[in-house]
Amino acid sequence: MKKTQNVLIKGTKSGLTLHLDDMCSYDELKKELDAKLTENSRSHEDTPLITVNVQVGNRYLTEEQKEELSQLIRKKKNLVGDSIHSNVLTYEEAEKSKEETEIVSVSRIIRSGQVLEVPGDLLLIGDVNPGGTVVAGGNIFVMGALKGMAHAGCKGNTSAVIAASIMKPSQLRISHCLNRAPDMMQDDDRREMECAYIDENEQIVIDRLQVLMHLRPNLTRLEGGR
Amino acid sequence: MGEAIVVTSGKGGVGKTTTSANIGTALALQGKRVCLVDTDIGLRNLDVVMGLENRIIYDLVDVVEGRCKVHQALVKDKRFDDLLYLLPAAQTADKTAVQPEQMKKLVDDLKQEYDYIIIDCPAGIEQGYKNAVAGADRAIVVTTPEVSAVRDADRVIGLLEKEEGIEPPRLVINRIRSHMMKNGDMLDVDEVTTHLSIDLIGIVADDDEVIKASNHGEPIAHNPNSKASIAYRNIARRILGESVPLQQLEDQNSGMFSKIKKFFGVK
Repeated sequence: MKKTQNVLIKGTKSGLTLHLDDMCSYDELKKELDAKLTENSRSHEDTPLITVNVQVGNRYLTEEQKEELSQLIRKKKNLVGDSIHSNVLTYEEAEKSKEETEIVSVSRIIRSGQVLEVPGDLLLIGDVNPGGTVVAGGNIFVMGALKGMAHAGCKGNTSAVIAASIMKPSQLRISHCLNRAPDMMQDDDRREMECAYIDENEQIVIDRLQVLMHLRPNLTRLEGGR
Repeated sequence: MGEAIVVTSGKGGVGKTTTSANIGTALALQGKRVCLVDTDIGLRNLDVVMGLENRIIYDLVDVVEGRCKVHQALVKDKRFDDLLYLLPAAQTADKTAVQPEQMKKLVDDLKQEYDYIIIDCPAGIEQGYKNAVAGADRAIVVTTPEVSAVRDADRVIGLLEKEEGIEPPRLVINRIRSHMMKNGDMLDVDEVTTHLSIDLIGIVADDDEVIKASNHGEPIAHNPNSKASIAYRNIARRILGESVPLQQLEDQNSGMFSKIKKFFGVK
């Protein structure tokens, strides 16, 4: 009765892909999906579990709708809902993801008792004095002296790094790891141009800045160029 | 229209009151009309250091609560001819007796009549500090070359920078012991200034004479021969906009040349 199909099922190596039309109404789509899957699941009853990817095209689905669709898929005996892909982001989501990948540059001195927090990467043009704190969702780059506390990857990003021109922090935190300065700091230690990262043993280590290009190649964001 | 300068430090015992008394005295020696305001309500000291304790009749809280006029509470320093006055703090009340808005109004009133209002701030960063800072146009942060004092100064500078209507604070490093600095046992002047990264307005050597003078109720700035006195006078001149080179900390040669220099008052 319908002129076009709202639900297209395609088989791929990694399982089934459902292409859902983005022009029809959501209720219509749900009904058709249910019907299609019911008639399909009857045909291969003894087959092992099949993973299902869902492509919804240019349709925006709320969290509840996504949950509803994956429940619909899960109800069928031999199907496992894997992921739902949409081409659409809400403004907030876009803003958030932009914030989290953006480098925020700040030119000031973070003094004792002050806290500077950014969602993405932090480029601080200035010092962090003892008692001051910088917190970032991503990496922290301090152009001056880091003598206070720095917490990179505060939302759980363990690959975040902290780099400073003068690395004399009172405490370093990356994601859930914590490291403090040795009780006896040698004054003659220059501690210039260094970086901190989490190594294979889940420990924060401090090393020369130059090791980062091998350890964290994704720090390079330059595309093209010369 | 005068200018209000708050003298603050965060940490106690670094020499805020001594610095306030001496900068005030030195400015008066330069012929400026100066009013010192003690905001350390409950623990007033500035009157003692100035030697004006016996003459207090009304105080800051009396003025704020309207029990007297401002000029009734002001104590005149007899060593000057109508140049230096002190508004003492109350000893019986506490810091909460005054609100920042009241202080601001009081300081604004005083600015009409005096060239400089020097506000002596209590230690700490609570109500007393907020009161002291409320009416100020400029700030002087006092620190000593000790890690703890520098840490607190850093905190206070951070708070002052957030304050609206105050120029970037300037730094006085007090109680410098040149032999300890030379041996590296004390932070040196450069270390402190680069760490705090604000302009230095003066360095004052640790001098027994300062304590002696304070105990006599006569600020050291009156004594033209003391090293600390010259340091305070230099600070006053810098406040007035003169450019004065920093004092030499060590007196290396007490030979003929330096005696001549001393004779001419170049130190």
